[in-house]
Amino acid sequence: MITQQRSLSGSSQSPRSPSAQPFLSVSVTDPAKMGNGVQAYISYKVITKTNLPEYQGPEKIVIRRYTDFVWLRDRLFERYRGIFIPPLPEKNTVEKFRFSAEFIEMRRQALDIFVNRIASHHELQQSEDLRTFLQADEQTMERARSQETGIFKKKPTDLMQIFKEVQSKVSDVVLGKEKPVEECNPEYEKLKHYIFELEDHLAEAQKHAYRLVKRHRELGQSLSDFGKAVNLLGACEGNALGKVFSELGAKSEMLSIKLQKEAHHLLMNFEEPLKDYVRAVQSIKATIAERANAFRQQCELAETIKLKEIDLDRLRVTRSEKLPEAERDYEVLKADGEEATRRFETIVKLMNEEIVRFQEQKTTDMGVAFHEFAKGQARLANGIADAWRSLLPKLEACSSS
Amino acid sequence: MMGFDNQEESHLYASPAEMETLLLDDPSPSVATVGGGGNAHFSDPLSSSSSLPFAEISTDDYDYPPSSSPQSNFHPPNPNPNPNPNSASSFHSILEPPSYAEAVFRSFDKDQINGHDHTSLEQPSSSPRSEYIRISVSDPQKELELSNSLVPGSNTYHTYLITTRTNLKEFGGSEFSVRRRFREVVSLSDRLSESYRGFFIPVRPDKSVVESKVMQEGEFVEYRREALEKYLRRLAAHPVIKRSEEFRVFLQVEGKVFGGIGGSREVAVVQQTVGGKGGGGRDLLWMFKKLKQSVSYDWGGTKPLVVEEDKEFMERKDKLQEFELQLSSVSQQAESLVKAQQDIGETMGELGLAFVKLTKFETEEALYDSQRVRAADMKMVATAAVKASRLYRELNAQTVKHLAKLHDYLGVMLAVNNAFTDRSNALLTVQTLLSELLSLNSRIDKLEVASSKIFGGDRKRILKIEELKETIRVTEDAKSCAEREYEQIKDNNKNELERLDKERHNDFMSMLKGFVVNQAGYAEKMANVWEMVAEETSGYSKEGS
Repeated sequence: MITQQRSLSGSSQSPRSPSAQPFLSVSVTDPAKMGNGVQAYISYKVITKTNLPEYQGPEKIVIRRYTDFVWLRDRLFERYRGIFIPPLPEKNTVEKFRFSAEFIEMRRQALDIFVNRIASHHELQQSEDLRTFLQADEQTMERARSQETGIFKKKPTDLMQIFKEVQSKVSDVVLGKEKPVEECNPEYEKLKHYIFELEDHLAEAQKHAYRLVKRHRELGQSLSDFGKAVNLLGACEGNALGKVFSELGAKSEMLSIKLQKEAHHLLMNFEEPLKDYVRAVQSIKATIAERANAFRQQCELAETIKLKEIDLDRLRVTRSEKLPEAERDYEVLKADGEEATRRFETIVKLMNEEIVRFQEQKTTDMGVAFHEFAKGQARLANGIADAWRSLLPKLEACSSS
Repeated sequence: MMGFDNQEESHLYASPAEMETLLLDDPSPSVATVGGGGNAHFSDPLSSSSSLPFAEISTDDYDYPPSSSPQSNFHPPNPNPNPNPNSASSFHSILEPPSYAEAVFRSFDKDQINGHDHTSLEQPSSSPRSEYIRISVSDPQKELELSNSLVPGSNTYHTYLITTRTNLKEFGGSEFSVRRRFREVVSLSDRLSESYRGFFIPVRPDKSVVESKVMQEGEFVEYRREALEKYLRRLAAHPVIKRSEEFRVFLQVEGKVFGGIGGSREVAVVQQTVGGKGGGGRDLLWMFKKLKQSVSYDWGGTKPLVVEEDKEFMERKDKLQEFELQLSSVSQQAESLVKAQQDIGETMGELGLAFVKLTKFETEEALYDSQRVRAADMKMVATAAVKASRLYRELNAQTVKHLAKLHDYLGVMLAVNNAFTDRSNALLTVQTLLSELLSLNSRIDKLEVASSKIFGGDRKRILKIEELKETIRVTEDAKSCAEREYEQIKDNNKNELERLDKERHNDFMSMLKGFVVNQAGYAEKMANVWEMVAEETSGYSKEGS
């Protein structure tokens, strides 16, 4: 069954219509605090609506927590090398904010976007791990989760670690290690350079977006304080002037509320998408690291194979009894070599597709974010203008009396 | 002449240069068409020769055009009808309010010429509308102190050129200048306080010893020049003070008339030219001082409580105290508000710049069409953000101007407190003299009783009685004088309070109006900017929104 990207996720088709287009729609809702004290955490309801046969029925609701999402991301990263796995919101370790309403809402939104992106990716949506995530009961989920935390398994969750490997060429040279083998692909070099620089630019924009949110809040606060003080001054004055002061005070307080609202809107609909963009770029960097690994493996195996061939020749010449074993080893090596090459080439091919998809998706995402930003600012400005203008007739009336 | 605007600018903005040099093509077309009433002044806020359309509206008009009607100040002079504030769609308001708002800015600024706002209320008939007095302080120059310098060349001071243009009769001239140093200003202030007790005399600028040491010299001199100008303009706005001899001499008479450190020659000059306007008999000033001192000695250093019998006055005083308290609080909050507006403007600008850089980057590195589309979207947002940032900057410059009125009134309250102190002091003097008289009389009584007991009279005591009776006569005179003085001061207080109430009403009304119009006008402009972007990006909006 070919499932189209766009028709999934977010569409609200009824699961009852049998001839309906195949769809998979997920939402992450209802954050709830569980447990107490240090053990406390937030759980989310994950609601899946689908008509795909691989799933157990048209609707399923499960309870998941953040670490479950992390599990899913890690599994996908392992399994689908070359694909840009959608990014997760960061783990927030600052105790104070862990349960703030705003933080919870931001995280919920980000998790919702995360799952939906997976559900609408033509490859990832077919993942069995996704199905497990969306349907398994809590016990099964917990078991699956604990299996992953074995010390023998390298956790790719520490993206910084991987990224550092990619950039450690200098230190390797300094330490006398061989310079790690790199692809000499000018186009790919350009891409890497683009990705690294893009992250810096985006991070800066996101930083200012976050500050802008704060500024809205601050302006709201000082308008509120100003309004209160003006009110008191009006009470002092009495008569018409006093009334005008009170009206001004009231308007100020009203506008202060509008500002706080807009600050929240700005945070959720502009700053968060920007942050998401940054995370996406970081996820790409992890894939870049994977590709470098795969390339290195392929090269190393190629080297080993060459050496083995020389060795074999030597053994043939000397008619050594080790020859059959060596020939068997050689065959294994060759198979590994082919596997490594195949893996690398898959990554390259997938990455090329992914880049196109990524660029398109980001244009849409940012377009939406810009639209919301502009809409919000226009709405706020109009609200402010209307509020002040409504005061003018009263001012006129007072000054002419 | 108000060096105001540009100074405000540079203090408010960290990197105006960066903003100005941004080449943002496509100044939004709707901005250009907005001044529907044919306003030539409405310049594109983006133009790099950034003439701020509002801050620059001239306050340099020397001629005060008589307004055609009291109402005209607050109605737009352009043909557009007064906009209906309840207009349904905010989009339609694009055509009217900015021009309306701009027009009101103009008339608001014109009102500032004479140092305080002439509003729509009628002027008192005693000052015909064609009167004006305009003062400017300029051209600070450094001069050497000639005498008393232990180390030659170490003592310098600055003088300022004070130029007056006026048609007031008292001055007998239309334009003249003098050079004064700050010390002379202090002297003027002291003289006025003595001569005009009970009046709300504008308070002179601080000596600012700390600032003078901490600030750079150039900065401090400019700070002081501005303060002096404000002070002299306030004096010129006071209906009584502006006609005073002291003021006239200060503005007009060359030379160290107000110089020195209390040289008796200078005092004499001023004394000759000054009449008594609530200053009482000058000859008895010395007497009052003496009495005060003696009284405080006799009473063991504690002043008797001044019993203010005028209930109405007490009520007003209390109300004014409350007013002063609230005014301080509003003034503080106004400062925070201005800071918050400044901050949001700056951050908006920084966001814009970040997107400009991103746009450049994406454009340069674009391999896919989707990147180019995104770069175009980003550019639009960046442009809008930079525009909005500039609008915030202008809004703030105007807000500062309007809310400055609050700070001015804090100064007025100082003057009021001084005037009330004059009153209590005068009352204290009267009461002191009364009790002095009482005590003198009782001493005479005692002496008379004692002396009558001695046959033939007690020469010594009789002499003493005569002395005391003489003292009583003098004291009686002094008391009458003090009572007249007190009544005069009470009268001055009363008149000034009425003047204050009216002016305060007018000033605050116009301040509020200016503030509100300003906020509304700029909010509308910002709405325009963002509405355009929202339109352009509406293709991305989620289904159903």
